[in-house]
Amino acid sequence: MGPLVANGIITENTNLLLAFFIGIGFGFVLESSGFSSSRKLAGVFYGYDTVVLKVFFTAAITAMLGLLFMSLFGWVDLEQIYVNPTFLKSAIVGGVVMGAGFIMGGFCPGTSVCGASIGKIDAMVFVIGLFIGVYFFAFTYSWWEKLYKATPLGNIKVSDSLGLSDGIFALLLVVIAMGMFYVAEWAEKRFPREEY
Amino acid sequence: MTTLSKEERSRRYLNPYLGGILLGLVLLMSNFISGRGLGASGAVKSVVGASIEAVNSNAAENSLFMAEFKASHQGGALNNWLVYEVLGVIVGGFLSGAFAGRLKLKVEHSPKITSVRRLAFALVGGALFGFGAQLARGCTSGAALSGMAVLSLGGFITMMAIFGTAFALAYFFRKLWI
Repeated sequence: MGPLVANGIITENTNLLLAFFIGIGFGFVLESSGFSSSRKLAGVFYGYDTVVLKVFFTAAITAMLGLLFMSLFGWVDLEQIYVNPTFLKSAIVGGVVMGAGFIMGGFCPGTSVCGASIGKIDAMVFVIGLFIGVYFFAFTYSWWEKLYKATPLGNIKVSDSLGLSDGIFALLLVVIAMGMFYVAEWAEKRFPREEY
Repeated sequence: MTTLSKEERSRRYLNPYLGGILLGLVLLMSNFISGRGLGASGAVKSVVGASIEAVNSNAAENSLFMAEFKASHQGGALNNWLVYEVLGVIVGGFLSGAFAGRLKLKVEHSPKITSVRRLAFALVGGALFGFGAQLARGCTSGAALSGMAVLSLGGFITMMAIFGTAFALAYFFRKLWI
């Protein structure tokens, strides 16, 4: 049955239209959760506001469990779902550069679009920064091409690389997330900060 | 500036666990309908690719980046799933802000720093994030969140690299935030 577009249940154009509505849901939930505020987002790195950690991990395990159950019920064919390919070196180096950008800029790309949509000027400037970063990558691609394409591991799943079944790994991740939520609740009490 | 108590202020945002479940359901629908996850930085790449193409229609012949960009954007640079999705994010964020009374032009920054300083770091941070997202083939939403939902090894690695680095550098940039 699912994914709908891969099985011809909806056309490619309908898929693009639905992308717009999925985006509306995405932006609405991000903004409602407070992700349009850079100081709220950055709070996770100082313990005063851990909304990022809670929303991010709750969303990841909800979608992960949803897909595993839908696959179990035969509602979705996981073989037709895109699994992001893993390029070990560029995933790490790119992630480190993004982490530095996160603590300096206070946003990530999705949240900056969201912040800009409600009038946050710092978010709009962050979006301009994104363009500068991507233009820089585009014009200097030959410098990075080797790193970008190094250590390709294919569309590998974390459960396979650990030698676990998907279900056991999912359970493990849920337990880890619960532990992090516990620490997050403790940290917010330990490092309170006045609202602004 | 209205003064609200902490309770009143925090009540204006969704409970984070409820927000997370809703975000997870949006991501699940995205996978169920389109067979792919959410994203953001990919739309920036589409606009960048389209603009380079507009200025130089032969760009694909003398730029490897553009050659690979064209190969991965067969349906047209801007006629792309992520572009429509990010347009939706703008509308969705605006609607939520409008309902909650949060529409306001302002620079949000710690009282300890100036607006100019905040904007300078926002620009540098954005540039680093945009660059890093190209290298890692996606950002917090496209690589980390969506990757984790489909158990992609790279998604977990990128997530740990992003949050680990930000935690490790937090001390040096504390004046920006606390």
